[in-house]
Amino acid sequence: MAEPATPAAPAPRRASHPIDARLVAGAVVIGALVLVALFAPLIAPHDPLEQDLLYSMLPPSWQAGGEPGYLFGTDSLGRDILSRLIYATRVALTVALIAALLAAAIGSLLGLLAGYFGGAVDQAVSRLIEVWMAFPPVLLAIVLAAVLGAGLSSVIVAIVVVDWTRFARVVRSETMVEREMEYVASARTLGLSGVFILWKEVLPNVAPLIITLVSVEMGIAIVVEAILSFVGLSISTDFPTWGGMIAEGRQVVYQTPWLLGLPIAAIVVAVLGFNLMGDGLRHALDPVHRR
Amino acid sequence: MSTPLLKVEDLVVTIAGQPVLRDVSLSVAPGEVHGLVGESGAGKSTIGKAVLGLLPRSAKITHGFVMVDGVDLPGMAEARRRRLLAKEIALIPQDPMTALNPVKRIGVQMIAPLTRHLGLSRKEARARALAGLEEVAIHDAEAVLDRYPHELSGGMRQRVLIAMAFQTTPRLIIADEPTTALDVTVQRQILALIRDLQARHEAAVLFVTHDLGVVAKICDRVTVLHAGRVLEQGSCAQVIEHPQHPYTQALQAATPRFDRPADVLSPVPASLAASLWKDASEWDRRHPGGTL
Repeated sequence: MAEPATPAAPAPRRASHPIDARLVAGAVVIGALVLVALFAPLIAPHDPLEQDLLYSMLPPSWQAGGEPGYLFGTDSLGRDILSRLIYATRVALTVALIAALLAAAIGSLLGLLAGYFGGAVDQAVSRLIEVWMAFPPVLLAIVLAAVLGAGLSSVIVAIVVVDWTRFARVVRSETMVEREMEYVASARTLGLSGVFILWKEVLPNVAPLIITLVSVEMGIAIVVEAILSFVGLSISTDFPTWGGMIAEGRQVVYQTPWLLGLPIAAIVVAVLGFNLMGDGLRHALDPVHRR
Repeated sequence: MSTPLLKVEDLVVTIAGQPVLRDVSLSVAPGEVHGLVGESGAGKSTIGKAVLGLLPRSAKITHGFVMVDGVDLPGMAEARRRRLLAKEIALIPQDPMTALNPVKRIGVQMIAPLTRHLGLSRKEARARALAGLEEVAIHDAEAVLDRYPHELSGGMRQRVLIAMAFQTTPRLIIADEPTTALDVTVQRQILALIRDLQARHEAAVLFVTHDLGVVAKICDRVTVLHAGRVLEQGSCAQVIEHPQHPYTQALQAATPRFDRPADVLSPVPASLAASLWKDASEWDRRHPGGTL
């Protein structure tokens, strides 16, 4: 207190806070999945579409009757399950990434505008969100995917159309909090325009929240993609997807339970990874926790 | 008296239909420090916000003018007003904790308005920001430019904000209770700093406060406000030493002073407050919807 005019002597604490364990765990899981997706052709022991009816419904290799060449066994058409799981990662992550980013872009934009400008803009966006959320989300996605026709892009569109409200709601309320901060008033007295303030002053303060939401949304997108491919509305059925594999496994669940269990495990791991990462990001990016 | 820099004339502002400023007039001459005193809800900050164009959406100016240099501010085209605001008027905000954007370095925030509105190069702007920080007695200004707001103390942040207010050499500064959020020892330094910079830059200051003691230290002229009405106006010496209005006298008696014991402090009498509020509602009755 003796010299209030000189800043506190210790160096900025920027680097000193410990890294969140959840963030690390989530990032490791997601990083591994990304590597698997990228290098699928190198990792997969077999062609995921190759059928070998002589080796159909093999159990995992460590069980009686398993073949060492087929680590997780084969399905009813004799396709290697491990290879199919590996290739299915590509579909899941592609959908998760693109759909989450698009939903984030659309939802955040509307949320920012509604929260900052208020009035008629806010009314319009808020009512739209309310109406939107009255639809059962999964049903809406299924109907949309059915109308648009099966395929990767319609799965993505369906997820974006259903889930943009998630971003719009949260970003809107956060923007309303930020716009009352005095730094916004200061920016206005500096003669900056509304759009400039929104983009350069408010958005950076809301960005951590959006990043966190994107991570969680990717987990949700994986589940929705699995649901859509389970009902056969995703990419064509012979290309492996986790949801499609669950659908196939369901028919032979008493003979070969691993056919059902393994893709479910894959989904659980992926969603858990994204949720852990989202949770960790929230802590790491929150200035209150950071201090 | 020279032509006023800021002239507020017969200003009536309603918020959600309820008058909050009831026929307020005041003028600030170039280089003058004008104190705006009153209790919470008196409308002090609303006047400042009206000048800066920061009134909430539900607020309406139903009558009167806010003129800077003889031009009506609220009536001005958006783009022109923004330019005028950026160059001629600055704000020293009340709460230094939220007035700086938490995710941007001090330097970035100081330099942006300089390059944007004064057309300085980044290098010139940085030099100007450095000079500004040194002027508010921040010693290692270079390091402070690279800090984030949360790395500075409240007093430091207020210094940065004062430097930001003065760095565009505005002619009018709205100081909205700039010392309220600070502790007493820091308050004194900040007041002295504002007074010093104001004199050096020959800027006029509209100083919003609820503290008569602060007014006595810093202001040339004073306007006493209650319930959105001007009760008394005059030079600082006159209003502080010889208050005419009973409310100002009551405020005086309620202000702690070092030269008298604390137990002689007396609150504003309830009967006086009640009669003032009665006058205000009487005013509302005669001016329905805030029309004059």
